[in-house]
Amino acid sequence: MQDLFLSDEILMQISKPERYIGHEINSVVKRPESVDIRMAMCFPDVYEIGMSHLGIQILYDMFNSYEDVWCERVYSPWPDLDAVMRREHIPLFSLESQEPVKYLDFLAITLQYEMCYTNILQILDLAEIPLRAVDRSDNDPIIVGGGPCSYNPEPIAEFFDFFYIGEGETSYREILDLYKEHKANGGSRIDFLKKVATVPGMYVPQFYDVTYHEDGTIKAYTPNVPEAPAMVPKCIVKNFDEVTYPTKPVVPYIRATQDRVVLEIQRGCIRGCRFCQAGQLYRPVREKNVETLKKYAKEMLENTGYEEITLSSLSSSDYSDLPELVNYLIDICNEKHVNISLPSLRIDSFSLDVMSKVQDIKKSSLTFAPEAGSQRMRNVINKGLTKEDILRGAKMAFEGGWTRVKLYFMLGLPTETEEDMLAIGELANEIAGLFFDTIPKEQRREKIQIVVSTSFFVPKPFTPFQWAPMITEQECIDRAHVTLSGIHSQLNQKRIKYNWHEPDVSVLEGIFARGDRRVAKTILKAYEKGAIFDAWTEYFDRSKWEEAIRETGLDIAFYTSRKRADDEIFPWDHLNCGVSKEFLLREWHRAQEETVSPNCRQSCNGCGAMQYQCGVCVEPHTGEAVHDGSKME
Amino acid sequence: MKVRIKFSKHGVLKYIGHLDVMRYFQRAFRRANIDIKYSAGFSPHQIMSFAAPLGVGLESEGEYMDVELLSFPSSHDLIWALNEQMAEGIEIHNAVLLPDGTGNAMASVTAAGYYIDFRDGFLPPKGWEEAIRDFMAQEEILYLKKTEKTEREINLKEYIFDFRLSSHAEKDCLYLMVDASSSGNIKPAMVMEKMYEFLGGYAFDSFNLLITREDTYLNRGTKEAPDFAPLDQIGITVEEESDQTNES
Ligand code: SF4
Ligand code: SF4
Repeated sequence: MQDLFLSDEILMQISKPERYIGHEINSVVKRPESVDIRMAMCFPDVYEIGMSHLGIQILYDMFNSYEDVWCERVYSPWPDLDAVMRREHIPLFSLESQEPVKYLDFLAITLQYEMCYTNILQILDLAEIPLRAVDRSDNDPIIVGGGPCSYNPEPIAEFFDFFYIGEGETSYREILDLYKEHKANGGSRIDFLKKVATVPGMYVPQFYDVTYHEDGTIKAYTPNVPEAPAMVPKCIVKNFDEVTYPTKPVVPYIRATQDRVVLEIQRGCIRGCRFCQAGQLYRPVREKNVETLKKYAKEMLENTGYEEITLSSLSSSDYSDLPELVNYLIDICNEKHVNISLPSLRIDSFSLDVMSKVQDIKKSSLTFAPEAGSQRMRNVINKGLTKEDILRGAKMAFEGGWTRVKLYFMLGLPTETEEDMLAIGELANEIAGLFFDTIPKEQRREKIQIVVSTSFFVPKPFTPFQWAPMITEQECIDRAHVTLSGIHSQLNQKRIKYNWHEPDVSVLEGIFARGDRRVAKTILKAYEKGAIFDAWTEYFDRSKWEEAIRETGLDIAFYTSRKRADDEIFPWDHLNCGVSKEFLLREWHRAQEETVSPNCRQSCNGCGAMQYQCGVCVEPHTGEAVHDGSKME
Repeated sequence: MKVRIKFSKHGVLKYIGHLDVMRYFQRAFRRANIDIKYSAGFSPHQIMSFAAPLGVGLESEGEYMDVELLSFPSSHDLIWALNEQMAEGIEIHNAVLLPDGTGNAMASVTAAGYYIDFRDGFLPPKGWEEAIRDFMAQEEILYLKKTEKTEREINLKEYIFDFRLSSHAEKDCLYLMVDASSSGNIKPAMVMEKMYEFLGGYAFDSFNLLITREDTYLNRGTKEAPDFAPLDQIGITVEEESDQTNES
């Protein structure tokens, strides 16, 4: 098969060869001679996960709309192929050209979760690119990082040439033009990176020196070249309605995790849940016009042939024209025999009505994410959902025929007490009781089923909880047991199922999320010991990480359970995500006072995002409580 | 109305498994705006059935699927519209209207022909012609057919309709035609395994076979006197209506 990089012998011996052959509908193939810049977008996880990511589809489409650029895709080879490539010295290749990645100009890696960090090293290693930026020559591709984890990239900073801080749609053209100029004029890799550093939003780690206090905390970040700014601002799309959108996304052959038309209806979130990083990073909330979305929906269904469509945003219920959009989609989807896969919506009469129209009630379940069991705890985290909201929604749903309820909580939130954990079981019990009270015995077609899931809270940078101590692994296990026994002591405990995850991965996430440059050697060590695909339970190898942590002398408590002082300098403080540290600190204090803050539509909290003069910041504020009925101070 | 479509599958698309090929076609039908019938219910799906699923790694020149259409302007239009939506490697060759009451594609299949080549240049001790003749001259060729639950010994010879030297894509190869009906369901690798065994001295590994399905057949004759014909031979080619053709 001359047009594939891997031989037929290899493809026939590995699982799912479809991951590596490219040639998908709407994938873009250009003549190499016809472009000036060649690059690849990489999602450092398996194809089915990577292909589901909207961000890459957006940027892939944008880059390929430039005549002088050919952008391809590359994903992590699954461990079976990984082993073959290492054994036979086969370099990593990109899907479209089926050529080695090492000859490209840029490799842009999206960083969506911390547990992909060893896969970044896998990608670079297989591609035969030196792992550390300072070891790369002028012939190696420029390695760029972007996505949510690039807001604290320090644990992986030394593996990247630069990080693009913020939304990818705004500033790549400028960088590509600088690159073309650089190629024409000649000059070293460092010369180019110096130019990159002058573009707002671009963070070149090697141009910053870090000094530490004796106790290990950071003393200062100091730029070591004049081109590097002391504070790197994020890039943000101001006119969100008109920004580029991929109406011809690549359609995979193999079933991807997200294998449908995805309409991004808004970016950002009006709510400031204090644990939530996305809610802060993408401020302010910006919506797309409903007419724009209708047009995209139609075009995208026509261009892909997908049998399903869904909406994407952080909190779809807050989208202003949701009823109009959903009703339109129901109409065209009926006509085209397309399914609508609803995002999670606030449970009210509108969403229940829509759900009953587009899915089989018997097979679907209601989802609530109160995140905390007690009202006190929900005030601490600023989750506007009250028990009354949940019970009202559940009652309506039971009357409408639903019998399955899923509840999501976090354990280990700041100030959490045993009472808060026990409240989880009580809430679940109350919902079950409500079912028996609402639906008379003779009308109960099915038994009520409640599934409670808890995850362990991991403090994230750029959130009010960035100062919070994370609980230890032992405490995680203890709290899960308290929660479990709390559920078991309830009257309706037979109707309640409890799921929780092992806490070992959460501890690593905690280290990486708020880690500094000294964490890099531990990641490298774990990789050298063979750690890859850490996000996959079947490949996560706890012992490799334990050894790596021990051998590199990493102090777990320093990064996770340590209490941070209000004035501590964090490893990400020289990056600016739009919200000010003063605002986050204010919110951290309000959390401890158990005081909620209004959402952006109710009134402005002065977070700092006003500087962008777009989205909700420039909408008139109502000053009234909006539809969710959450209690305000 | 039921329409039978013939397509080929080559090149990189040989790595796409059967379920993914089905989904690929469903999306292609949507993109091509074909007036296909959908099932009722919450997740409507197209009324579509495939003749004989092709394993990953095999190429084919004669694959078939039946679809239920609400309108069918012409064979040519349908072939053209679908080919516009095909990825490199899959090509539509025919689309015929099936007479009322035709059984579905899968039930119609009686045989399939295969070109067989070898990855490692496998050569029999004598010549190919002799080797096949001796192999087929056996009284019976016993084969232990295993499924997940059952084991059953069959006489493979009864299921082989043709076995000879041939050439394909300008290369010498073997040609094998076997019973591919749901009751027979003979795979070329089964025959090759027995052939290796018969010739002796060779370790058999189905991985070494390079197989292209030549066509899929139905039987217009009887069991005793079969008359094999490709699956699309029972349909009718629908011509464009004359008032729709433009001046040339
Ligand atoms: S509603 Fe809360 S948790 Fe959800 S995205 Fe917004 S801020 Fe984050
Ligand atoms: S400046 Fe005010 S309105 Fe704008 S995002 Fe911040 S809190 Fe919300």
